[in-house]
Amino acid sequence: MFGWEFPPHIAGGLGTACYGMTKGLAENGVEVLFVMPSAYGDEDQSSVKIINASDVSCNVAIEDIDEFFEKVKFLRIGSNMVPYLSPEEFEETVEEEKERQKKEFRIQFGSKYRFSGKYGKNLMEEVARYAAVGAEVAMENDFDVIHAHDWLTYLAGVAAKNVSGKPLVIHVHATEFDRSGENINTEVYRIEKAGMEAADRVITVSDLTRNIVINKYGINPGKVVTVHNAVDFEGRGEVDMPRSVKEKVVTFLGRITFQKGPEYFIEAAALVLKKCDNVRFVMAGSGDMFNRCVRHVAKLGIADRFHFTGFLRGADVYKMFALSDVYVMPSVSEPFGISPLEAMKTNVPAIISKQSGVAEVLKYAIKVDFWDINAMADAIYALVNYPAISAMAARCGKDEVNALKWTAAAARIKKVYEEVIEND
Amino acid sequence: MKKTICLYFQVHQPDRLRQYRFFDICRDSHYYDDFANRTILKRVAQTCYLPANRLLSELIRKHEGAFRVAFSISGSVLEQFERYAPEVIDSFRELADTGCVEFLCETYYHSLASLVSGKEFKAQVIKHRDTIEEYFGVVPAAFRNTELIYSDDIGSMVYDLGFRTVLTEGAKHVLGWKSPDFVYNNPRHKDQKLLLRNFSLSDDIAFRFSDNSWKEWPVTAEKFTGWLHGSGENDEVVNLFMDYETFGEHQKPATGIFDFLAYLPEAVLSDGGFEFLTPSQATAKHDSVGDLEVAHTVSWADEERDVSAWLGNELQNEAFSKLYALEDKIADIKNESILSDFGKLQESDHFYYMCTKFFSDGAVHKYFNPYDTPYEAFINYMNVLSDFIVRVNDAAAMAENDAAPTKTRRHGRR
Repeated sequence: MFGWEFPPHIAGGLGTACYGMTKGLAENGVEVLFVMPSAYGDEDQSSVKIINASDVSCNVAIEDIDEFFEKVKFLRIGSNMVPYLSPEEFEETVEEEKERQKKEFRIQFGSKYRFSGKYGKNLMEEVARYAAVGAEVAMENDFDVIHAHDWLTYLAGVAAKNVSGKPLVIHVHATEFDRSGENINTEVYRIEKAGMEAADRVITVSDLTRNIVINKYGINPGKVVTVHNAVDFEGRGEVDMPRSVKEKVVTFLGRITFQKGPEYFIEAAALVLKKCDNVRFVMAGSGDMFNRCVRHVAKLGIADRFHFTGFLRGADVYKMFALSDVYVMPSVSEPFGISPLEAMKTNVPAIISKQSGVAEVLKYAIKVDFWDINAMADAIYALVNYPAISAMAARCGKDEVNALKWTAAAARIKKVYEEVIEND
Repeated sequence: MKKTICLYFQVHQPDRLRQYRFFDICRDSHYYDDFANRTILKRVAQTCYLPANRLLSELIRKHEGAFRVAFSISGSVLEQFERYAPEVIDSFRELADTGCVEFLCETYYHSLASLVSGKEFKAQVIKHRDTIEEYFGVVPAAFRNTELIYSDDIGSMVYDLGFRTVLTEGAKHVLGWKSPDFVYNNPRHKDQKLLLRNFSLSDDIAFRFSDNSWKEWPVTAEKFTGWLHGSGENDEVVNLFMDYETFGEHQKPATGIFDFLAYLPEAVLSDGGFEFLTPSQATAKHDSVGDLEVAHTVSWADEERDVSAWLGNELQNEAFSKLYALEDKIADIKNESILSDFGKLQESDHFYYMCTKFFSDGAVHKYFNPYDTPYEAFINYMNVLSDFIVRVNDAAAMAENDAAPTKTRRHGRR
């Protein structure tokens, strides 16, 4: 299995999902070799064996480096975007960089490459090198199926398939369209498409994502299956956070970016505040729309009832859930969306957008279109003012979330493995 | 007639807010960053207030009454002196005892109340006047508003309080072809005289003194005296108004700012054409040359010389309007700690931190700003204000409850 990160050192939700999934697979009797670019050594290896790509020396003989780079040409350009260069200067820079990479690649051959495992500016280069490691790992180890998570690892998966002939399963947690809207990075798109095309099966985390894979990447619907994510709350203690403000607290927690729909939340908040004053709104997180949202709130004149916390870390996230009475996830596009599950686990009723994958598995969350601020305001008002509905949503929601086990999701993934092995 | 040189220094430090998070609302009603406030005040006392006061005191003694200055010391900074550096108050008292120092009146909390509430504004002016009298034994007779904010209306408000001398900015868009170096009067009150800051000469000291890319650098007392001449032959008064922190804090001792100050009186007085007067003496001596109408509010800040540094964007307007919406409620409560916090939250500095005019006067703004971005300043302020609003509402509800039984009894009697 090729991943990019694994708890405890994670930047996004991918690592958490991989962790839960591998544990579930172990319970289903599946042995997992987990390859990641940069392991720290303190990962929980009770259910997986972790292979640190930075420790793998590449002996793959690629005779002609130019040919190799021709193949991965599109990988390099994106990392070289520099503003204010004339075309001539840019050409020069690109050529220089090409030479540097060639030289370094020669040096790196037969040796190890130190991956950062982060999402830095030479991400494309790391992705390419990770692919080389993928091939190497595939030659050295014995396995039945290859499983690669998100575009960063697709090329590694494809390379592993090419050298081993073993079936490849691509797992789509998010597509470029979820990250960037319509203005996609075409290089990333090409990698995603190539990975999906080369795969024997594509697993998507929701039907919403499955539709994107089919419609926007042109993948044969027959080989795309949805396996909804689950959630693992193990090891999470109860947070003791006595309430402070008298009013009900309605929370948005996530990156403050276009895809997460923060402005719909603000508009809905303004509508609710017109009708009742027993409520406060909190927007927790940071992102490129942060300043714009602060101005928006000030302009609407609700800043004494609408609070920003900035980016929350660790225990502060749980504190925030513990202080909340309603959780809202108004995402414009969300392949799955784990945060409402976190909220519901803490007895907080959730309002989620219909444009989120998690809406497909939840019955006891209120679902609205992300753009329908009136419906969102209605739902918030109801959960704040009618104890009957909020009590029911909290109680049933918690049961529902507790039933979303990785063991069950992993069983479905195992079935996919069995199918591709059989067809092989 | 000798040309009058009028020196006035502003002394103020804000009550900076601590990082106040959403989690703190209704949990902890202490709003201030005591550590930063104490550290900064103690530092500025050492670098500026104490050495500069010592120097002025020596100069006044040396020139036997011919050298005079004026101060405006905000109530906010006086409270901080009391807590963290009472010796600074003693050194100001020493200056007061020379009889050559005038203390001006302003809003106690260095606030922008004049822009929104006549009632709150007057209350703060009276509070400041009483405080200055209590500390220095003289009732201030001249008025300067926060950041020299002024308009005909503001002039009228302080006229009602008895002030016949008001200091403000010699803003170009108000003066037009006129020179700031004369005494003018409020068109509504012929006997209310205006002293206008000569911003060019004032900023030569306050901002440009250490700028070695400036072609006039370095500025010596002699050179500066020459410029005082050049301001126009018939000019009557040159008003040099600046922050007191110019000496030793904004302009570090190594720039030679203290030497400049030490030699300035001598250079100016030995020339023979000048005299030093305090603002009230200056307006007593010089007649007004005419009306100066200021229909739109001016200030001494930024290129615009208006109030856009404090109330120029939606963040500032939102915070400002939410704060002053509490005014009437607070007046009914009469709770000491609420009144004090209300005053401190009105300090103009909090709104200055939310300013987004980073391009033209960004350098100045950055210097005075403890926050990384105006957005952070706004969020922090609003969190504090949210807690404060809850306290005000709770106290108002309690006051109402206390009043309620009386009403019931009255009903009973009926």
